[in-house]
Amino acid sequence: MLSPRREQRAALGPGGRRVSRVAERREGGKRPACRHIAAGLVALASLFGGALGCGESAEQTAGGPVAMRRLTEAQYRQTIADVFGDEIKVVGRFEPDVRDEGLLAVGASQVTITPVGFEQYEVIARSVAAQVLAPERRDAVVPCQPLVAEGADGACARAFVESVGPVLLRRALEPADVAPRVDIANAAAEEVGDFYAGLEFALSSLLLSPEFLFRVESVLPADASADRSRLSDGSLAQRLSFFLWNTTPDAELLAAVARGELATDVGLEEQVERLVASERLEAGVRAFFMDVLRFDEFEDVGKDASLYPKYSRKLLEDAQEQTLRVVGDHLVTRRDDYRDLFTTERSFMTRTLGLVYGVAVRSREGWEPMSFPLGHPRAGVLSHVSTLALHAHPGRTSATLRGLFIREAILCQHVPAAPADVDFSVVQDTNNSDHRTARDRLEAHRTEPSCSGCHERMDPIGLAFEHFDGIGEYRNNENGVPIDASGELDGVRFDDARGFAAAIRDEPATVACVVENLYKYAVGHAPNGKEVAFLRHLEERFGEAGYRLPDLMAMIAMSEPFRTVARTPVGGEGAGT
Amino acid sequence: MTQDLTRRTFLRGLLGGASISLGLPALEIFLNDHGNAWANGAPLPLRFGTWFWGCGMNPSRWVPTQAGDGWEPTVELAPVNVVREHVNILSGFNAILDGRLNHPHQSGVIAMLTGEAPEEPHDVPAPTLDILISDAVGNDTRFRSIEMSASGSARHSYSRRSKSNINPAEVSPVALYTRIFGPDFRDPNAAEFVPDPAVMLRRSVVSAVKDDRTRLEARLGAADRRRLDEYLTSVRQLERQLEVQLSEPPPLAACSVPPVPKEMEVGSEINSASRNHELMTDVLALALACDQTRVFNMVFSYGASNLHKEGNNTGHHQLTHEEPMDPEQGCQPRATFFVDRSMEAWATFVQKLAAIEEGDGTLLDNTFVLAHSETSFAKVHDVLGLPVMTAGRAGGRVKTGQHIEGAADPVTRIGLSAQQIMGLGRERWGSQSMETSRAIGELFA
Repeated sequence: MLSPRREQRAALGPGGRRVSRVAERREGGKRPACRHIAAGLVALASLFGGALGCGESAEQTAGGPVAMRRLTEAQYRQTIADVFGDEIKVVGRFEPDVRDEGLLAVGASQVTITPVGFEQYEVIARSVAAQVLAPERRDAVVPCQPLVAEGADGACARAFVESVGPVLLRRALEPADVAPRVDIANAAAEEVGDFYAGLEFALSSLLLSPEFLFRVESVLPADASADRSRLSDGSLAQRLSFFLWNTTPDAELLAAVARGELATDVGLEEQVERLVASERLEAGVRAFFMDVLRFDEFEDVGKDASLYPKYSRKLLEDAQEQTLRVVGDHLVTRRDDYRDLFTTERSFMTRTLGLVYGVAVRSREGWEPMSFPLGHPRAGVLSHVSTLALHAHPGRTSATLRGLFIREAILCQHVPAAPADVDFSVVQDTNNSDHRTARDRLEAHRTEPSCSGCHERMDPIGLAFEHFDGIGEYRNNENGVPIDASGELDGVRFDDARGFAAAIRDEPATVACVVENLYKYAVGHAPNGKEVAFLRHLEERFGEAGYRLPDLMAMIAMSEPFRTVARTPVGGEGAGT
Repeated sequence: MTQDLTRRTFLRGLLGGASISLGLPALEIFLNDHGNAWANGAPLPLRFGTWFWGCGMNPSRWVPTQAGDGWEPTVELAPVNVVREHVNILSGFNAILDGRLNHPHQSGVIAMLTGEAPEEPHDVPAPTLDILISDAVGNDTRFRSIEMSASGSARHSYSRRSKSNINPAEVSPVALYTRIFGPDFRDPNAAEFVPDPAVMLRRSVVSAVKDDRTRLEARLGAADRRRLDEYLTSVRQLERQLEVQLSEPPPLAACSVPPVPKEMEVGSEINSASRNHELMTDVLALALACDQTRVFNMVFSYGASNLHKEGNNTGHHQLTHEEPMDPEQGCQPRATFFVDRSMEAWATFVQKLAAIEEGDGTLLDNTFVLAHSETSFAKVHDVLGLPVMTAGRAGGRVKTGQHIEGAADPVTRIGLSAQQIMGLGRERWGSQSMETSRAIGELFA
């Protein structure tokens, strides 16, 4: 067995480049499904849509394990809003979500609930229940009138549990789900002398159920000889809804489950079409990009207001919203080419943002659509204040952090962490008069052999954005020296951020990465070898569809690996049976 | 009826039923002859805590030259000298990586807290010390433990049962106050105790979800079943918290309700972090005095410290790597500014715990705190000679005032000692080269 360090080295491709697991496999690494087939042939075979020669086409690949995913904070909030109305306030602190494989959506398959987290869920549950059953709202959710308002009414309590339970637990209820909650409602109603207080406790207990807090998937029984199991219809509905809308299945989807329609291709297609055509798709697309772009990390960002007088919390909030508006407008409203997200000049502006972007914004409040004017130094979402400010230090830029982010999140390439014992001091001193710009300092840095392997991957990309300071405002000079933002992205030269935008738009890894990320986001795990072959197939179909993201989402939602789970030998983990 | 003449009825009679004035030291007659337990034999609560600061120190300026009681304060320990009677300085204890990579800002702290160096940067090979200790001593209080971070992020927490089970930290003094002293707080010195029926109902709500788990379990693979078990542990923990609230707490003379802290900006600017640290320490000290928890973890700054100083473009962590050494001072002066501020904060923390009288001593006397960092010299992420300090006498079990030299022994000797001090019957701890059965004799009184 290789030591971790040797394994890490072994994973470094040419030029010390370490790529993501998927890219590793794409470049001819492990491919358990079709070991005897040369890597290049797989693509060829899938082009013809035929068999791969090992009994399986990429399209017919079975998926990875089922997942048990903790609801993210956004999913919890959206679910409450959808089920009980968006006037219900969800007040409380959620434990932080955790990122794995670049995504919180994958981390959600690994996190559990800590004592502190559960304590907070209980606080939130009580507050939500009290609001939902407040006198002015209760009639909307309680399907009956109690015989006496000052005490227990088991039948009406049962009707209430049976009406909200399936929506919250995302499945049909069993008697064992209902009885204890009716008991709680009755006991509490007697104790407090209020029927609706009793319902509050019953509702709290649903909101604390592991099947509400986690999205638990399961599969249908399969023949012993089958190489795969199908996701249960209820699990498939959850996957669809959280993937496409980032919320719990709606009544129509649950009705389709009840009618058995998701088990058929036609029925599934009908639902996928409905979900993708809905205006709620935008919420799903925004959630995906918040995850990929790591906007959750804004919570820990603070800038030095004495160095950046235009900095405020509102600036950072508006910056995130700006990028998400562009994402929604470009990908969902306009159904434009995903690659053009990196070059688009269309944007939206508030007055707070306008100060940093150097553009006049007429309205005092709210948003105005606006395109970057001719000669503006920016193009695409990577030149937005959001990304530039997030990947910088509190008081200065970081070409390395910006480059690292783009390598990892946009190109799905892995860059190893710096070794522990590097001395940065000579090359990084910002007071050193020989090295006045970040480029000078980093270039000195990259001549160190132990640093160069990785920094050559990150710094030239990050330096493309050196015209934008730690909060993303344009500047010509650093320490009195004009900034040189030129560089190259894997062989393609550029002069500045706009040139970089054009280069990354045309970089094949940009497309491969969004396919990989979207699939991981949908299924909640890193793709296995067979799924990687499927992703290559998906990349091609994405291209044929004009790189329209909603089409890619529909393809994933309809695909075999999204709906099935490969069987593993008895005792294997994650078989879900 | 003589049995009913409890301390409470006595006090009630004495004060004519009025609520007891808070902050009174325990009256002598209620303590045993040693002043370390109530007269009825129930010991004063014994607490354990950790206090963490990021990016270490400069060994040549921090480590005292003399061992034992007579250590001379070094330039970087000068702020700690004011509390020297309460603390021990531990130097020369090593994290041993057994051939694993030194993951910057991770390996040292995980080795110190779990007894094992991590394979991968975010691995948690075993539960952290505070978890082991709270599993043993944290079950009788309202909170199993309280985690706090002064530098602005709920993620800044080393309280970890596993990689996927990290207790988030409180970052706001107001939120911390509300969690402990908000509507659910039952004053142990209140004249009347009536169990709250709502709490009883809440407990039945929480108990009901345990049954949901049983049916779910059958559908899960082994890894997810483990996660469900951890969920269940959290459910049980809340159940226990609610049970604690249903039984009458013994009066605690040292307990009083602190004023609501002022709402202020949280973040990683050094002055803001220092203020938040002080405000949270004030709340924590009384939470301990009121026996709301017996375990706590305070992060002043996280590993790879994100602290920065207003008006300076480079923060603590970047400075440790980028700032040139000043040959005269033997350090990176701008980075070392944050070491000095961290030592000041630690001294403040110790003073605040020592300021609360309890029994015939102070709250600190019935507490054992481990202060530590993830590196010694941060510039090269050195995990040899990790800086560690202890504070408090743990109810008379610990001798303080010394500088103890580790002579390159594994840092696990400290963790093993902490467990023994806290009454865990642990004889060996740590893995591979860090496995040890040798507690630090000098620590024990």
